Amino acid sequence: MEPKPRLLAILDVVTILLFITAVAAVFFYAPLEAIMGQVQRVFYFHVANAWVGMLGFMVAAIAGVAFLRKGDHKWDIVGLAAVEISFVFFFIAIISGSIWARGSWGTWWTWEPRLTTAAIVELVYAAYFLLRQGIEDPDRRARFGAVYAILAFISVPITFISIRIARTIHPVIIGSGSAAAEGSFEMTPRMLQAFMFSLITFSFIFADLLWHRIRLGWLAEKVENLKLKNLE
Amino acid sequence: MSTVPQVESQLQQKSPLSGARQFLRSLTAIVWKDLAAELRSRELLSAMLVFALLVILIFNFALELDVKARSSVTAGVLWATFAFAGTLGLNRSMAMEKDRGCLDGLLLAPVDRSAIYFGKTIGNLVFMLIVEAIVLPVYSVLYSVNLFNPGLLAVILLGSIGYVAVGTLLSTMAVQTRTRDVLLPILLFPLVIPVLIAAIKASNGFLQGIEIADIIPWVNLLIVYDVIFIAIAFMVFDYIVEE
Repeated sequence: MEPKPRLLAILDVVTILLFITAVAAVFFYAPLEAIMGQVQRVFYFHVANAWVGMLGFMVAAIAGVAFLRKGDHKWDIVGLAAVEISFVFFFIAIISGSIWARGSWGTWWTWEPRLTTAAIVELVYAAYFLLRQGIEDPDRRARFGAVYAILAFISVPITFISIRIARTIHPVIIGSGSAAAEGSFEMTPRMLQAFMFSLITFSFIFADLLWHRIRLGWLAEKVENLKLKNLE
Repeated sequence: MSTVPQVESQLQQKSPLSGARQFLRSLTAIVWKDLAAELRSRELLSAMLVFALLVILIFNFALELDVKARSSVTAGVLWATFAFAGTLGLNRSMAMEKDRGCLDGLLLAPVDRSAIYFGKTIGNLVFMLIVEAIVLPVYSVLYSVNLFNPGLLAVILLGSIGYVAVGTLLSTMAVQTRTRDVLLPILLFPLVIPVLIAAIKASNGFLQGIEIADIIPWVNLLIVYDVIFIAIAFMVFDYIVEE
């Protein structure tokens, strides 16, 4: 077995340090929001989680295109790794958003378009796992996985556009929000710094986990090959 | 795989026009094959139709479709019915190809792979439109709602195109898996949700007589979805039927 690469070990340490700093920034550096109070602090990690989710789904779609073009199996490992990580992070984003919504809107869940889209996105990628599970032939599994990852990633923004057309009460902190949004707030410079720092931190977490997961994928493939060799 | 495109490329080398004509010929042949098989057996259409009527019947009890509720939920009931009946048709149409090795025969034939995709898509679209053409008048009579609105019909056509374009692609994938027909709705529904949302909103708009300016965004969304997903399906279909 190959030893853990030096750079990965460094990335591990940097990510852990960044995460500790980000938690400190969210709780001690960012000021208390006047109206919503403490529950607003969910926002920093909520958006960062959603960002990692989207990032991973994008990586999976790009890996899907790369796999279909080149037919190299490493891209399949990358795609699966990205979807697995992002599925979890996106789920955390939904849960943390739910906690925030309880404090701010007074309900755990509402069928507001953006929340609905988030739920649909999770279902799309749940279908991705089911699809892969149903196929034994590794080559076909990789091809179908790649195709579905591409289709899924393209359908997400279209579902997202349908939100913009429909009325929404979800606050839009970045960019222009609608007047009907509830729980919106102006970010002070310190809030913005804490927010940006969380985004960067979570990007690091994503990169670190992705690297680990890809190594795991390689090892799993190696084990599979060794098993096949022993059978012969 | 390698021998098939060679034949096709030789055909195209003669002149681009004959290539296009060849494509059109194989396309119509595939559509015709599906329609002729269906005309003789009638198993797909009758199953879809009976199923669609059953879904409407169930909705009648589930939603207590009284006069007041009817006006607001008609679009939703119709699209849910089309979506459910649609999966039935898509599954069957692809399973038929897979069962007796017809798909392999199609793939061996010297035709462009995209002609197979478009042929199957058009065939499925025709079946879906026939079912819709029967369900709509039946629904009108049963619930005395006038559904003969040109806007509504256009929305139904656009929505069905998007649904079938993605559905044909995914059912080709689903029949090649272990879980087969169970998998299709799971793969398909989350991806066609934009179609269903836009189609329900637009249909509802036409049925309620809402101003055109408020419906147009939904119709545009349908058109955009149709164009994007037909283009993607066209590009990736080769990888799905590859052996």
